[in-house]
Amino acid sequence: MQFGQSIQTKLSGLIAAIAVGSLALLPVAAHAKTNEKEPMEVHFSFEGPFGRFDQAELQRGYKVYAEVCSACHSMNLVSYRDLAAPGGPFYDPKHPVAPAQSPYAKAIAEQYKVPDIDPDTGDTIQRTATPADHFKAPFANDAAARAANGGALPPDLSVMARAREGGPAYIYSLLLGYEEPPKGLTVPAGKYYNPYMAGDMGSYWTGAKTQIPEGGFIAMGKQITASRVQFDDKTPSTVENEAHAVATFLAWTADEHQVERKQTGLAVMLYLFVFTLITYLSYRRIWRNVAH
Amino acid sequence: MSGHSTYEPKTGFERWLDVRLPIIRMAKDTAIDFPTPKNLNYWWTFGGILAVCLVIQIVTGVVLAMHYVANSAMAFNSVEHIMRDVNHGWMIRYIHANGASMFFLAVYMHILRGMYYGSYKAPREVLWLLGCVIYLLMMATGFMGYVLPWGQMSYYGAVVITNLFSAFDKVIPGVGTAITTWLWGGFAVDNATLNRFFSLHFLLPFMIAGVVGLHIWALHVPGNNNPVGVEVKSKEDTVPFHPYYTVKDGFAILVFLLLFSWFVFFAPEAMGHADNQVPANPLATPTHIVPEWYFLPFYAILRAVPDKLFGVLGMFGAIAMLFALPWLDTSKVKSMRYRPTARWFFFLFVAATIGLGWCGGKLPDDVVLPVGRDAVTGEATGFTVVMLSQTLAIYYFAYFLVILPALGLFEKTLPVPENISTPVLPKGGAAMPSGAAASPEKKG
Amino acid sequence: MAETAKANPHETEGDDPSRRDFIHIAALATAGVGAVATAWPFIDQMNPSGDTLALASIEQDIAKVPAGQQLVVKWRGKPVFVRHRTPAEIAAAVKDDHADMRDPAADASRTKAGKQEWLIVIGVCTHLGCVPNFGTGDYGGWFCPCHGSVYDTSGRIRKGPAPLNLQLPDYEFTGPTKVKIG
Repeated sequence: MQFGQSIQTKLSGLIAAIAVGSLALLPVAAHAKTNEKEPMEVHFSFEGPFGRFDQAELQRGYKVYAEVCSACHSMNLVSYRDLAAPGGPFYDPKHPVAPAQSPYAKAIAEQYKVPDIDPDTGDTIQRTATPADHFKAPFANDAAARAANGGALPPDLSVMARAREGGPAYIYSLLLGYEEPPKGLTVPAGKYYNPYMAGDMGSYWTGAKTQIPEGGFIAMGKQITASRVQFDDKTPSTVENEAHAVATFLAWTADEHQVERKQTGLAVMLYLFVFTLITYLSYRRIWRNVAH
Repeated sequence: MSGHSTYEPKTGFERWLDVRLPIIRMAKDTAIDFPTPKNLNYWWTFGGILAVCLVIQIVTGVVLAMHYVANSAMAFNSVEHIMRDVNHGWMIRYIHANGASMFFLAVYMHILRGMYYGSYKAPREVLWLLGCVIYLLMMATGFMGYVLPWGQMSYYGAVVITNLFSAFDKVIPGVGTAITTWLWGGFAVDNATLNRFFSLHFLLPFMIAGVVGLHIWALHVPGNNNPVGVEVKSKEDTVPFHPYYTVKDGFAILVFLLLFSWFVFFAPEAMGHADNQVPANPLATPTHIVPEWYFLPFYAILRAVPDKLFGVLGMFGAIAMLFALPWLDTSKVKSMRYRPTARWFFFLFVAATIGLGWCGGKLPDDVVLPVGRDAVTGEATGFTVVMLSQTLAIYYFAYFLVILPALGLFEKTLPVPENISTPVLPKGGAAMPSGAAASPEKKG
Repeated sequence: MAETAKANPHETEGDDPSRRDFIHIAALATAGVGAVATAWPFIDQMNPSGDTLALASIEQDIAKVPAGQQLVVKWRGKPVFVRHRTPAEIAAAVKDDHADMRDPAADASRTKAGKQEWLIVIGVCTHLGCVPNFGTGDYGGWFCPCHGSVYDTSGRIRKGPAPLNLQLPDYEFTGPTKVKIG
């Protein structure tokens, strides 16, 4: 009996472990039947429970976004003031002010004109942006964006790093992954081949059905090229540095409170661990004389 | 609520209140002095954990409702507003979103514990049925809550689940369509659907809380079942709920909160889907849609049946099995500790359900066990996910409809102890000292 | 627990399990700390959010307000009256500086030096929060339709139930006709 019970206990423990384990695995299992390449192995400073954003890289990433991506991609959920909020690219811990009062946020916002209504005439006007404004969108609406981009809508980038499997590593890989389409692949007009893009290219492939190439078609051409953006901190403008910086910036815009979250988490876990330990001792003390 | 009340009002005010509203008496009898079997193991702590989950979900939910906008044009952005601008909003939302998963994890442990130790058997059938009602309400609440962020998964989750009802067109033409149109408040899932889902998502947790009250009431009439499945015979078998089980439940709750916090602070999106970060677009479906993990076994059963109507019936039938369980299990022995054969069928049942969950997250045509290659495409062929789902689903139903009813009649059970205090009857017949009977899962 | 358990299921004498041991007190104290720390995010979430705070300060061009008129600006969800006063209105306000008032204040203390023509007040009656009407009432200032409070051309309470003068927001002139409120 004792033996049987301990087997049963171990089994129940195993089941619990499997149940918890499968929790973590399931979303990974949920992949589409597309055969894009796994994102490249690339490391970011914000990985893991102790990871932090590199503020200099966030600033470089903002520059890449502002000078390259923002020509077509909106970022409607992010405001200029966010850039100067704690943890943001232009937060100055030596002179903490309300994000909307930050001279950096003001200086950046003033470079842009945003649409508004003239209160006297009712006309639509372009006024200078303030830190409270959201990032200026490149197009007035989705239809205009499609019309200017051959029918394809450049997706909003606010939460892009959360909206794709692989997150920042995917963005990095996609930006650097453009290559010549394999022979036998018919690339539709206005599209580009990218092995990291999700897609099913079976109907565009004339070769053997067993050798359908990885990846898919993307309406955006290769944008990240060497020296496309000159960094203010003299970081060399290699494609890797540019892609890494903008992937970092997009990871931040998708998860502005990430560092705060992880720091809070460490404190919470530490507290819970101590509390659990004390409660366990209390439990042992209360039950010490009860046979059960 | 059962047995004699041990409460004696001490002060004048307590005596005055006791004859008018004996609320202190009730609290003392049900939560302090309540005689509880002294041999409950950690599987019994999930009840307390679930109470904590419900409170967490209601508190965080009410807070989120202060900031959320239930409008199809604004819902997605209002959730992002919570994540970015509301003070601590990211934390409160991640607690709520991951809390749903933790709630279901705990409820599955709680249900499996009940199934293993026969907690559904007389005189606890009503207790069990109330639990099944709570589980149904939880599923409805979880489903509607997942729609609220109005991302792609939210939208197509709502589309697929509401379309289940269109299967009834096959029974009476037009009825299914009429039901879906009524559910949607339009010709598709849209703003009206979102609004009513929000209203119901707010209401249902309070209904759950009400049924939980009944569930606890129904628990306190016969008292707890316990790992040996023998009813309490004397005071020797019990300890007062407080402090013995308040501290034990408290410890278990804290361990659970450690796991919970790890998800909230370090892997908040691990149980979500990237596609739900894309605002709902009624004109384009994501390539692969899956429900939340806690629905996957039922989703697999739905897809295992090639017929639409019977798939839906199979899915609801899988849940209906739980309701019928007290009358399907014919064994007189409650705890599977003394049912060596049933125990293995039970473990197989747990494995089959987890397997179904795995299948639910895969594409139906994916090959599990490659046998050959397709002559034309060269793709592997063989045993597919849908075939595995069918096999596992058959076992799932057989467990309830064939195995449990039959086992009770044929199974040779082990000798059941006379009472809780002497759970072990060694071969010699003499009772071992009760200290040695401590269940091993209590060690450390 | 098995190794510490005794054959006798009863507690040994003088060993009350609910005794206030140090470890139990420590557990309860830790729980209390946790409860307080957890309460804070749930209280703080009701405070103004980041986007609301971002609009706590606004800049307004007031060049187009003709003398004798006022501009109503929405600031922090409330109306702000930007009143371009005529010399006669300023004179009337200064003349009454020493009159018997409920909330005495000199007119000069309610405007910025050198900018006496601009009276900038929060347009919320200090009685119960209604918005007073411009240019009505006995003193040429404002009249609150809710309970009849009358304010003069300096926004001071002269008659009616309101206890205080119309409040002044924090503001400064950032240019000849540009004002930053908040």
